[in-house]
Amino acid sequence: MAVTLTGEVLIDGTAEGPLFRLAKPISFWGGVDPTSGRITDPRHPDYDACVAGTVLALSETIGSSSSSAVMLELIAAGLAPRALLLGRPDAILTLSVVVAREMKFGSIPVLRVPVETLPDSGYAYIREGGKMTFET
Amino acid sequence: MELSAHERAVAEGAEGEASAMAMRIVAEAGRLLGAPSLIEIASVHVDGCLYHGDSGVNFIEHLVSEDGRVCVPTTLNVGALDLLHPERVRGDSHFRDMARRLMDGHLALGCTQSFTCTPYQAGHRPGLGEHVAWGESNAVAFANSVLGARTNRCGDFLDICAGISGRAPFCGLHLDENRRARAVVRTDSLSSSLKDTDAFYPVLGAWLGATFGETVAVIDGLPRVLSDDRLKAVAAGAASTGAIGLFHIAGVTPEAPTIEAACGGVAPEAEISLTADMIRQARNRLSTVDDHCIDAVAVGSPHFSRAEFDALASLSRGQRFTIPFYACTGRDVLAALEADGKRTALEAAGVIFVVDTCVVVAPILPEAGGVLMTNSAKFAHYGPANTGFDVVYGSLSDCVASASEGRVVRDETVWR
Repeated sequence: MAVTLTGEVLIDGTAEGPLFRLAKPISFWGGVDPTSGRITDPRHPDYDACVAGTVLALSETIGSSSSSAVMLELIAAGLAPRALLLGRPDAILTLSVVVAREMKFGSIPVLRVPVETLPDSGYAYIREGGKMTFET
Repeated sequence: MELSAHERAVAEGAEGEASAMAMRIVAEAGRLLGAPSLIEIASVHVDGCLYHGDSGVNFIEHLVSEDGRVCVPTTLNVGALDLLHPERVRGDSHFRDMARRLMDGHLALGCTQSFTCTPYQAGHRPGLGEHVAWGESNAVAFANSVLGARTNRCGDFLDICAGISGRAPFCGLHLDENRRARAVVRTDSLSSSLKDTDAFYPVLGAWLGATFGETVAVIDGLPRVLSDDRLKAVAAGAASTGAIGLFHIAGVTPEAPTIEAACGGVAPEAEISLTADMIRQARNRLSTVDDHCIDAVAVGSPHFSRAEFDALASLSRGQRFTIPFYACTGRDVLAALEADGKRTALEAAGVIFVVDTCVVVAPILPEAGGVLMTNSAKFAHYGPANTGFDVVYGSLSDCVASASEGRVVRDETVWR
Protein backbone atom coordinates (compact mmCIF):
# COMPACT_ATOMS: atom_id res chain seq x y z
CA MET A 1 0.00 0.00 0.00
CA ALA A 2 1.25 3.49 -0.77
CA VAL A 3 0.56 6.58 1.30
CA THR A 4 1.21 10.03 -0.15
CA LEU A 5 1.66 13.11 2.00
CA THR A 6 3.02 16.61 1.51
CA GLY A 7 5.38 18.27 3.95
CA GLU A 8 6.54 21.84 4.28
CA VAL A 9 9.89 22.23 2.56
CA LEU A 10 12.69 23.39 4.85
CA ILE A 11 15.45 22.21 2.52
CA ASP A 12 14.31 21.00 -0.89
CA GLY A 13 15.61 17.86 -2.56
CA THR A 14 14.92 14.27 -3.50
CA ALA A 15 15.78 11.12 -1.56
CA GLU A 16 14.58 7.62 -0.82
CA GLY A 17 15.20 5.11 1.92
CA PRO A 18 13.61 3.07 4.67
CA LEU A 19 11.49 5.20 6.98
CA PHE A 20 12.86 5.27 10.53
CA ARG A 21 10.52 6.89 13.05
CA LEU A 22 12.40 7.55 16.25
CA ALA A 23 10.41 6.28 19.21
CA LYS A 24 11.52 9.28 21.29
CA PRO A 25 13.32 12.57 20.65
CA ILE A 26 17.09 12.35 20.82
CA SER A 27 20.10 14.58 21.29
CA PHE A 28 22.44 13.75 18.40
CA TRP A 29 25.35 14.87 20.57
CA GLY A 30 25.75 12.18 23.17
CA GLY A 31 23.13 10.08 21.43
CA VAL A 32 24.42 9.33 17.93
CA ASP A 33 27.95 8.21 17.05
CA PRO A 34 29.34 10.64 14.42
CA THR A 35 31.59 7.92 12.97
CA SER A 36 28.83 5.38 12.32
CA GLY A 37 25.38 6.93 12.71
CA ARG A 38 24.49 4.42 15.44
CA ILE A 39 22.34 5.46 18.40
CA THR A 40 24.62 5.17 21.41
CA ASP A 41 22.36 6.33 24.22
CA PRO A 42 21.55 3.11 26.09
CA ARG A 43 18.46 4.72 27.61
CA HIS A 44 16.96 5.49 24.18
CA PRO A 45 14.37 2.96 22.98
CA ASP A 46 16.08 2.83 19.55
CA TYR A 47 19.48 2.11 21.11
CA ASP A 48 21.94 0.58 18.63
CA ALA A 49 19.79 1.31 15.58
CA CYS A 50 21.51 3.26 12.80
CA VAL A 51 20.25 6.52 11.26
CA ALA A 52 22.59 6.32 8.23
CA GLY A 53 20.77 5.89 4.94
CA THR A 54 17.29 6.18 6.47
CA VAL A 55 14.54 8.71 5.99
CA LEU A 56 14.60 9.79 9.60
CA ALA A 57 11.46 11.12 11.26
CA LEU A 58 11.59 12.75 14.67
CA SER A 59 9.07 14.86 16.51
CA GLU A 60 11.67 17.26 17.93
CA THR A 61 15.36 17.56 18.72
CA ILE A 62 16.40 17.78 22.34
CA GLY A 63 19.55 18.21 24.36
CA SER A 64 22.88 19.58 23.34
CA SER A 65 23.38 22.30 20.77
CA SER A 66 26.47 20.34 19.63
CA SER A 67 24.07 18.11 17.73
CA SER A 68 24.70 20.32 14.68
CA ALA A 69 28.34 19.28 14.60
CA VAL A 70 27.47 15.60 14.81
CA MET A 71 25.03 16.01 11.93
CA LEU A 72 27.57 17.88 9.76
CA GLU A 73 30.08 15.13 10.40
CA LEU A 74 27.52 12.50 9.38
CA ILE A 75 26.78 14.39 6.15
CA ALA A 76 30.48 14.89 5.33
CA ALA A 77 31.16 11.20 6.00
CA GLY A 78 28.19 9.96 3.95
CA LEU A 79 26.58 8.52 7.09
CA ALA A 80 23.67 10.93 7.42
CA PRO A 81 20.02 10.08 7.03
CA ARG A 82 18.97 10.52 3.37
CA ALA A 83 16.24 12.91 4.48
CA LEU A 84 14.92 14.42 7.69
CA LEU A 85 11.22 14.65 8.52
CA LEU A 86 10.83 16.95 11.49
CA GLY A 87 7.74 17.47 13.60
CA ARG A 88 8.92 20.99 14.28
CA PRO A 89 11.49 23.06 12.42
CA ASP A 90 14.81 23.41 14.17
CA ALA A 91 17.98 25.37 13.56
CA ILE A 92 20.18 22.59 14.95
CA LEU A 93 19.99 19.61 12.61
CA THR A 94 18.66 21.55 9.64
CA LEU A 95 21.35 24.19 9.96
CA SER A 96 23.98 21.49 9.50
CA VAL A 97 22.43 20.83 6.11
CA VAL A 98 22.76 24.56 5.29
CA VAL A 99 26.42 24.52 6.36
CA ALA A 100 27.06 21.29 4.43
CA ARG A 101 25.71 23.00 1.31
CA GLU A 102 27.88 26.10 1.89
CA MET A 103 30.93 23.85 2.36
CA LYS A 104 29.94 21.74 -0.68
CA PHE A 105 29.73 18.56 1.41
CA GLY A 106 26.33 17.73 -0.10
CA SER A 107 22.71 18.22 0.94
CA ILE A 108 19.65 16.26 2.03
CA PRO A 109 15.99 17.26 1.93
CA VAL A 110 14.43 18.37 5.20
CA LEU A 111 10.65 18.56 5.51
CA ARG A 112 8.36 19.63 8.27
CA VAL A 113 5.57 17.14 8.77
CA PRO A 114 3.41 16.11 11.72
CA VAL A 115 5.26 12.92 12.58
CA GLU A 116 2.15 11.21 13.95
CA THR A 117 0.60 11.27 10.45
CA LEU A 118 3.41 9.10 9.06
CA PRO A 119 3.19 5.33 8.76
CA ASP A 120 5.10 3.39 11.40
CA SER A 121 7.47 1.90 8.88
CA GLY A 122 7.92 1.39 5.15
CA TYR A 123 10.02 2.71 2.31
CA ALA A 124 9.94 6.46 1.69
CA TYR A 125 10.35 8.44 -1.53
CA ILE A 126 10.88 12.19 -1.13
CA ARG A 127 10.42 14.41 -4.17
CA GLU A 128 11.00 18.11 -4.74
CA GLY A 129 8.31 20.36 -3.37
CA GLY A 130 7.77 18.26 -0.24
CA LYS A 131 5.89 15.30 -1.78
CA MET A 132 6.39 12.09 0.20
CA THR A 133 5.31 8.59 -0.78
CA PHE A 134 5.53 5.71 1.66
CA GLU A 135 5.28 2.10 0.53
CA THR A 136 4.13 0.11 3.50
CA MET B 1 12.46 36.76 6.02
CA GLU B 2 13.45 40.39 5.42
CA LEU B 3 17.14 41.40 5.42
CA SER B 4 18.16 45.04 5.74
CA ALA B 5 20.05 46.59 2.82
CA HIS B 6 23.27 46.29 4.82
CA GLU B 7 22.66 42.63 5.73
CA ARG B 8 21.87 41.85 2.10
CA ALA B 9 25.05 43.54 0.90
CA VAL B 10 27.13 41.60 3.44
CA ALA B 11 25.47 38.33 2.43
CA GLU B 12 26.39 39.10 -1.18
CA GLY B 13 30.05 39.62 -0.32
CA ALA B 14 30.48 43.36 0.35
CA GLU B 15 32.65 42.57 3.39
CA GLY B 16 34.37 39.46 2.12
CA GLU B 17 33.55 35.78 1.80
CA ALA B 18 33.67 34.88 5.53
CA SER B 19 31.20 37.63 6.45
CA ALA B 20 29.04 36.67 3.48
CA MET B 21 28.91 33.01 4.44
CA ALA B 22 28.23 33.87 8.09
CA MET B 23 25.38 36.24 7.15
CA ARG B 24 23.88 33.68 4.74
CA ILE B 25 23.96 30.96 7.38
CA VAL B 26 22.36 33.20 10.02
CA ALA B 27 19.73 34.28 7.46
CA GLU B 28 19.01 30.64 6.56
CA ALA B 29 18.65 29.83 10.25
CA GLY B 30 16.18 32.72 10.47
CA ARG B 31 14.21 31.39 7.51
CA LEU B 32 14.10 27.88 9.04
CA LEU B 33 12.86 29.26 12.33
CA GLY B 34 10.27 31.46 10.67
CA ALA B 35 11.90 34.70 11.85
CA PRO B 36 10.69 37.85 10.07
CA SER B 37 14.12 39.50 10.35
CA LEU B 38 17.50 39.40 12.07
CA ILE B 39 18.39 41.24 15.24
CA GLU B 40 21.66 42.89 16.26
CA ILE B 41 23.24 41.08 19.16
CA ALA B 42 25.57 42.28 21.91
CA SER B 43 27.64 39.14 22.55
CA VAL B 44 28.11 35.51 21.64
CA HIS B 45 29.10 32.34 23.47
CA VAL B 46 30.41 29.79 20.98
CA ASP B 47 29.89 26.08 21.61
CA GLY B 48 31.57 25.06 18.39
CA CYS B 49 35.18 24.67 19.49
CA LEU B 50 34.66 21.09 20.68
CA TYR B 51 36.02 18.66 18.11
CA HIS B 52 33.46 16.20 16.73
CA GLY B 53 35.12 15.44 13.43
CA ASP B 54 37.18 17.01 10.67
CA SER B 55 34.21 18.65 8.94
CA GLY B 56 33.86 21.24 11.71
CA VAL B 57 37.57 22.05 11.55
CA ASN B 58 37.32 22.50 7.77
CA PHE B 59 34.45 24.92 8.27
CA ILE B 60 36.26 27.08 10.85
CA GLU B 61 39.53 27.08 8.91
CA HIS B 62 37.60 28.12 5.82
CA LEU B 63 36.29 31.15 7.72
CA VAL B 64 39.84 31.91 8.97
CA SER B 65 41.30 31.62 5.48
CA GLU B 66 38.68 34.11 4.24
CA ASP B 67 39.73 36.62 6.94
CA GLY B 68 36.69 36.06 9.17
CA ARG B 69 36.57 38.01 12.44
CA VAL B 70 33.95 38.25 15.17
CA CYS B 71 32.46 41.73 15.52
CA VAL B 72 31.02 41.38 19.06
CA PRO B 73 32.58 40.04 22.30
CA THR B 74 32.64 36.26 21.88
CA THR B 75 33.58 33.71 24.55
CA LEU B 76 34.42 30.07 23.88
CA ASN B 77 32.95 26.93 25.38
CA VAL B 78 35.07 23.88 26.14
CA GLY B 79 37.34 22.25 23.60
CA ALA B 80 38.34 18.59 23.41
CA LEU B 81 41.78 19.15 24.97
CA ASP B 82 43.08 20.34 28.33
CA LEU B 83 45.64 22.78 27.00
CA LEU B 84 47.15 23.32 30.47
CA HIS B 85 47.48 19.59 31.23
CA PRO B 86 47.90 17.94 27.83
CA GLU B 87 48.42 14.50 29.41
CA ARG B 88 44.85 14.44 30.76
CA VAL B 89 43.20 13.64 27.44
CA ARG B 90 43.96 10.41 25.60
CA GLY B 91 43.90 10.46 21.83
CA ASP B 92 45.97 9.81 18.78
CA SER B 93 47.94 12.50 17.03
CA HIS B 94 45.20 13.12 14.44
CA PHE B 95 42.62 13.76 17.16
CA ARG B 96 44.98 16.02 19.13
CA ASP B 97 46.02 17.91 16.04
CA MET B 98 42.47 18.50 14.79
CA ALA B 99 41.06 19.32 18.25
CA ARG B 100 43.85 21.89 18.70
CA ARG B 101 43.32 23.33 15.22
CA LEU B 102 39.62 23.82 15.99
CA MET B 103 40.40 25.69 19.24
CA ASP B 104 43.14 27.75 17.54
CA GLY B 105 40.87 28.50 14.59
CA HIS B 106 38.30 30.07 16.90
CA LEU B 107 41.01 32.18 18.55
CA ALA B 108 42.13 33.30 15.08
CA LEU B 109 38.56 34.48 14.47
CA GLY B 110 38.91 36.78 17.49
CA CYS B 111 37.12 34.76 20.19
CA THR B 112 38.21 35.01 23.84
CA GLN B 113 40.27 32.13 25.22
CA SER B 114 37.74 31.25 27.95
CA PHE B 115 37.15 27.53 27.15
CA THR B 116 34.41 27.20 29.74
CA CYS B 117 30.75 26.17 29.81
CA THR B 118 30.13 28.73 32.58
CA PRO B 119 30.99 32.00 30.81
CA TYR B 120 28.45 33.64 33.12
CA GLN B 121 30.75 32.86 36.06
CA ALA B 122 33.78 34.09 34.15
CA GLY B 123 32.70 37.68 33.64
CA HIS B 124 30.45 37.31 30.59
CA ARG B 125 27.10 38.42 32.00
CA PRO B 126 24.74 40.13 29.56
CA GLY B 127 22.11 42.32 31.15
CA LEU B 128 18.35 42.05 31.49
CA GLY B 129 16.67 42.30 28.10
CA GLU B 130 19.93 42.29 26.16
CA HIS B 131 19.82 40.32 22.90
CA VAL B 132 22.70 37.85 22.58
CA ALA B 133 23.43 34.63 20.68
CA TRP B 134 24.69 31.85 22.88
CA GLY B 135 25.44 28.21 22.39
CA GLU B 136 25.90 25.46 25.04
CA SER B 137 22.55 24.44 26.41
CA ASN B 138 23.25 25.12 30.10
CA ALA B 139 24.66 28.58 29.33
CA VAL B 140 21.65 29.40 27.15
CA ALA B 141 19.24 28.42 29.93
CA PHE B 142 21.26 30.38 32.49
CA ALA B 143 21.54 33.51 30.31
CA ASN B 144 17.80 33.56 29.61
CA SER B 145 16.52 32.49 32.99
CA VAL B 146 18.91 33.92 35.54
CA LEU B 147 20.29 36.96 33.72
CA GLY B 148 17.15 37.79 31.72
CA ALA B 149 19.21 38.14 28.55
CA ARG B 150 17.54 36.92 25.37
CA THR B 151 18.94 34.12 23.30
CA ASN B 152 17.76 31.07 21.45
CA ARG B 153 19.67 27.84 21.68
CA CYS B 154 22.30 28.50 19.00
CA GLY B 155 23.77 25.27 17.72
CA ASP B 156 27.30 24.88 16.49
CA PHE B 157 27.96 26.98 13.36
CA LEU B 158 25.11 29.41 14.02
CA ASP B 159 27.01 30.63 17.09
CA ILE B 160 30.24 31.58 15.33
CA CYS B 161 28.28 32.93 12.34
CA ALA B 162 26.36 35.17 14.78
CA GLY B 163 29.69 36.40 16.15
CA ILE B 164 31.00 37.25 12.69
CA SER B 165 27.76 38.83 11.43
CA GLY B 166 26.65 40.38 14.74
CA ARG B 167 23.15 39.08 13.99
CA ALA B 168 20.77 36.36 15.15
CA PRO B 169 17.32 35.28 13.93
CA PHE B 170 14.71 37.52 15.57
CA CYS B 171 12.33 34.91 16.93
CA GLY B 172 11.80 32.48 19.76
CA LEU B 173 13.13 33.64 23.10
CA HIS B 174 14.04 37.08 21.73
CA LEU B 175 10.29 37.86 21.77
CA ASP B 176 8.21 38.74 24.85
CA GLU B 177 5.37 36.39 24.01
CA ASN B 178 7.63 33.32 24.01
CA ARG B 179 9.17 34.15 27.37
CA ARG B 180 6.06 33.92 29.49
CA ALA B 181 5.53 30.80 31.54
CA ARG B 182 2.92 28.37 30.25
CA ALA B 183 3.18 25.98 33.17
CA VAL B 184 3.32 26.47 36.92
CA VAL B 185 5.22 24.13 39.23
CA ARG B 186 4.29 24.22 42.93
CA THR B 187 6.82 22.99 45.45
CA ASP B 188 4.85 23.58 48.68
CA SER B 189 4.84 19.89 49.57
CA LEU B 190 8.63 19.62 49.48
CA SER B 191 10.44 20.05 52.78
CA SER B 192 12.47 23.17 53.34
CA SER B 193 15.46 20.99 54.23
CA LEU B 194 15.30 19.39 50.77
CA LYS B 195 15.10 22.84 49.18
CA ASP B 196 18.15 23.79 51.20
CA THR B 197 20.19 20.92 49.78
CA ASP B 198 22.51 21.59 46.84
CA ALA B 199 21.86 18.11 45.43
CA PHE B 200 18.14 18.92 45.03
CA TYR B 201 18.76 21.48 42.27
CA PRO B 202 20.30 19.28 39.55
CA VAL B 203 17.43 16.82 40.13
CA LEU B 204 14.85 19.61 39.93
CA GLY B 205 16.39 20.62 36.59
CA ALA B 206 16.39 17.05 35.31
CA TRP B 207 12.74 16.65 36.31
CA LEU B 208 11.84 19.97 34.66
CA GLY B 209 13.47 19.03 31.33
CA ALA B 210 12.01 15.54 31.29
CA THR B 211 8.53 16.84 32.14
CA PHE B 212 8.29 19.93 29.96
CA GLY B 213 10.57 19.37 26.94
CA GLU B 214 10.95 23.00 25.94
CA THR B 215 7.90 24.55 27.55
CA VAL B 216 8.64 27.58 29.72
CA ALA B 217 7.61 26.91 33.32
CA VAL B 218 7.67 28.99 36.48
CA ILE B 219 8.57 27.30 39.74
CA ASP B 220 7.03 28.61 42.93
CA GLY B 221 7.94 28.15 46.55
CA LEU B 222 11.73 27.97 46.39
CA PRO B 223 13.99 29.96 48.72
CA ARG B 224 14.12 33.64 47.72
CA VAL B 225 17.89 33.57 47.59
CA LEU B 226 19.42 30.92 45.35
CA SER B 227 23.12 30.86 44.55
CA ASP B 228 24.33 31.01 40.97
CA ASP B 229 25.58 27.47 41.47
CA ARG B 230 22.12 26.15 42.38
CA LEU B 231 20.58 28.03 39.47
CA LYS B 232 23.20 26.74 37.05
CA ALA B 233 22.46 23.21 38.27
CA VAL B 234 18.77 23.66 37.42
CA ALA B 235 19.69 25.11 34.03
CA ALA B 236 22.09 22.30 33.20
CA GLY B 237 19.74 19.52 34.30
CA ALA B 238 16.76 20.98 32.45
CA ALA B 239 18.75 21.53 29.26
CA SER B 240 20.11 17.97 29.33
CA THR B 241 16.95 15.92 29.81
CA GLY B 242 14.87 18.38 27.77
CA ALA B 243 15.33 21.40 25.54
CA ILE B 244 14.61 23.98 28.22
CA GLY B 245 16.03 27.34 27.14
CA LEU B 246 14.21 29.40 29.75
CA PHE B 247 12.61 28.79 33.12
CA HIS B 248 11.43 31.17 35.81
CA ILE B 249 11.60 30.92 39.58
CA ALA B 250 9.08 33.15 41.32
CA GLY B 251 10.73 35.77 43.49
CA VAL B 252 14.17 34.80 42.27
CA THR B 253 14.70 35.19 38.51
CA PRO B 254 14.33 38.66 36.98
CA GLU B 255 11.26 38.09 34.81
CA ALA B 256 9.32 36.40 37.61
CA PRO B 257 8.72 38.80 40.50
CA THR B 258 5.46 36.85 40.90
CA ILE B 259 3.79 33.82 39.31
CA GLU B 260 1.33 36.13 37.57
CA ALA B 261 4.09 38.31 36.13
CA ALA B 262 5.97 35.26 34.88
CA CYS B 263 2.79 34.05 33.17
CA GLY B 264 2.30 37.45 31.53
CA GLY B 265 -1.19 37.73 33.03
CA VAL B 266 -2.37 34.67 31.05
CA ALA B 267 -3.74 31.56 32.77
CA PRO B 268 -1.17 28.76 32.65
CA GLU B 269 -1.91 25.71 30.50
CA ALA B 270 -0.59 23.28 33.08
CA GLU B 271 -0.06 23.24 36.80
CA ILE B 272 1.87 20.54 38.61
CA SER B 273 2.45 20.05 42.29
CA LEU B 274 5.84 18.50 42.75
CA THR B 275 6.06 15.76 45.38
CA ALA B 276 9.04 14.26 47.16
CA ASP B 277 8.24 11.01 45.40
CA MET B 278 8.52 12.65 41.96
CA ILE B 279 11.86 14.12 42.98
CA ARG B 280 13.13 10.74 44.21
CA GLN B 281 12.07 9.17 40.91
CA ALA B 282 13.85 11.88 38.95
CA ARG B 283 16.92 11.36 41.11
CA ASN B 284 16.82 7.61 40.53
CA ARG B 285 16.66 8.14 36.78
CA LEU B 286 20.07 9.83 37.04
CA SER B 287 21.69 6.54 38.09
CA THR B 288 22.16 3.44 35.96
CA VAL B 289 23.38 1.30 38.87
CA ASP B 290 22.57 1.39 42.54
CA ASP B 291 24.67 0.23 45.43
CA HIS B 292 28.02 -0.52 43.92
CA CYS B 293 31.75 -0.14 43.96
CA ILE B 294 32.75 2.95 42.02
CA ASP B 295 35.79 3.55 39.83
CA ALA B 296 35.86 7.33 39.54
CA VAL B 297 34.11 10.50 40.65
CA ALA B 298 33.60 13.54 38.44
CA VAL B 299 32.26 16.95 39.37
CA GLY B 300 32.11 20.18 37.44
CA SER B 301 29.40 19.98 34.79
CA PRO B 302 28.84 22.80 34.31
CA HIS B 303 32.38 23.83 35.25
CA PHE B 304 32.99 24.07 39.00
CA SER B 305 32.98 27.57 40.45
CA ARG B 306 35.21 28.98 43.17
CA ALA B 307 32.38 28.58 45.69
CA GLU B 308 31.95 24.93 44.71
CA PHE B 309 35.69 24.37 45.16
CA ASP B 310 35.47 25.96 48.60
CA ALA B 311 32.76 23.45 49.50
CA LEU B 312 34.83 20.60 48.08
CA ALA B 313 37.90 21.78 49.99
CA SER B 314 36.12 21.78 53.32
CA LEU B 315 34.50 18.37 52.68
CA SER B 316 37.75 16.75 51.54
CA ARG B 317 40.00 18.14 54.24
CA GLY B 318 41.97 15.25 55.74
CA GLN B 319 40.54 12.80 53.17
CA ARG B 320 42.59 10.69 50.80
CA PHE B 321 40.62 9.45 47.82
CA THR B 322 41.16 5.85 46.79
CA ILE B 323 39.87 6.38 43.23
CA PRO B 324 40.36 9.21 40.70
CA PHE B 325 38.33 12.33 41.57
CA TYR B 326 38.06 14.65 38.57
CA ALA B 327 37.06 18.28 38.98
CA CYS B 328 36.34 20.07 35.70
CA THR B 329 36.64 23.84 35.64
CA GLY B 330 37.66 26.89 33.69
CA ARG B 331 41.23 28.12 33.53
CA ASP B 332 40.15 31.37 35.23
CA VAL B 333 38.95 29.46 38.31
CA LEU B 334 42.08 27.31 38.39
CA ALA B 335 44.25 30.45 38.27
CA ALA B 336 42.32 31.88 41.24
CA LEU B 337 42.74 28.62 43.20
CA GLU B 338 46.46 28.68 42.50
CA ALA B 339 46.74 32.28 43.62
CA ASP B 340 44.98 31.35 46.89
CA GLY B 341 47.13 28.25 47.43
CA LYS B 342 43.98 26.10 47.36
CA ARG B 343 45.00 23.96 44.42
CA THR B 344 47.70 22.18 46.42
CA ALA B 345 45.35 21.29 49.26
CA LEU B 346 42.76 19.88 46.88
CA GLU B 347 45.39 17.87 45.02
CA ALA B 348 46.66 16.50 48.33
CA ALA B 349 43.23 14.88 48.84
CA GLY B 350 43.44 13.44 45.34
CA VAL B 351 41.51 15.95 43.22
CA ILE B 352 42.56 15.85 39.55
CA PHE B 353 41.96 19.18 37.82
CA VAL B 354 40.60 19.16 34.29
CA VAL B 355 40.46 22.54 32.53
CA ASP B 356 39.36 23.84 29.10
CA THR B 357 37.34 20.64 28.63
CA CYS B 358 35.52 17.99 30.69
CA VAL B 359 35.29 14.26 31.24
CA VAL B 360 32.16 13.61 29.18
CA VAL B 361 33.34 15.42 26.06
CA ALA B 362 36.92 14.12 25.95
CA PRO B 363 38.54 10.73 26.66
CA ILE B 364 39.83 11.36 30.19
CA LEU B 365 38.18 8.78 32.46
CA PRO B 366 40.07 5.51 33.05
CA GLU B 367 40.04 3.42 29.89
CA ALA B 368 38.90 0.30 31.73
CA GLY B 369 35.45 1.84 32.29
CA GLY B 370 33.30 1.05 35.29
CA VAL B 371 31.05 3.17 37.47
CA LEU B 372 31.24 6.95 37.70
CA MET B 373 29.73 8.87 40.58
CA THR B 374 28.78 12.51 40.09
CA ASN B 375 26.82 15.34 41.65
CA SER B 376 25.95 16.66 38.18
CA ALA B 377 22.68 15.85 36.41
CA LYS B 378 24.40 16.65 33.12
CA PHE B 379 27.26 14.22 33.71
CA ALA B 380 24.75 11.62 34.87
CA HIS B 381 22.62 12.16 31.77
CA TYR B 382 25.39 12.12 29.15
CA GLY B 383 27.92 9.92 30.96
CA PRO B 384 26.71 6.47 29.89
CA ALA B 385 26.52 7.22 26.16
CA ASN B 386 29.63 9.37 25.96
CA THR B 387 31.98 7.48 28.24
CA GLY B 388 30.61 3.96 28.51
CA PHE B 389 30.58 4.31 32.31
CA ASP B 390 27.59 3.47 34.40
CA VAL B 391 26.62 6.41 36.60
CA VAL B 392 25.47 7.03 40.15
CA TYR B 393 24.11 10.39 41.20
CA GLY B 394 24.81 11.77 44.68
CA SER B 395 25.44 14.99 46.54
CA LEU B 396 28.92 16.52 46.68
CA SER B 397 29.41 15.14 50.19
CA ASP B 398 28.22 11.71 48.98
CA CYS B 399 30.80 11.97 46.19
CA VAL B 400 33.59 12.83 48.64
CA ALA B 401 32.64 10.02 51.04
CA SER B 402 32.33 7.55 48.18
CA ALA B 403 35.69 8.57 46.69
CA SER B 404 37.33 7.81 50.03
CA GLU B 405 35.66 4.41 50.39
CA GLY B 406 35.66 3.36 46.73
CA ARG B 407 31.97 2.43 46.90
CA VAL B 408 28.66 4.29 46.89
CA VAL B 409 28.01 6.06 50.17
CA ARG B 410 24.82 8.13 50.07
CA ASP B 411 22.94 10.04 52.70
CA GLU B 412 19.31 9.16 51.97
CA THR B 413 17.81 11.25 54.76
CA VAL B 414 17.62 14.50 52.74
CA TRP B 415 15.44 12.88 50.07
CA ARG B 416 12.67 11.75 52.43
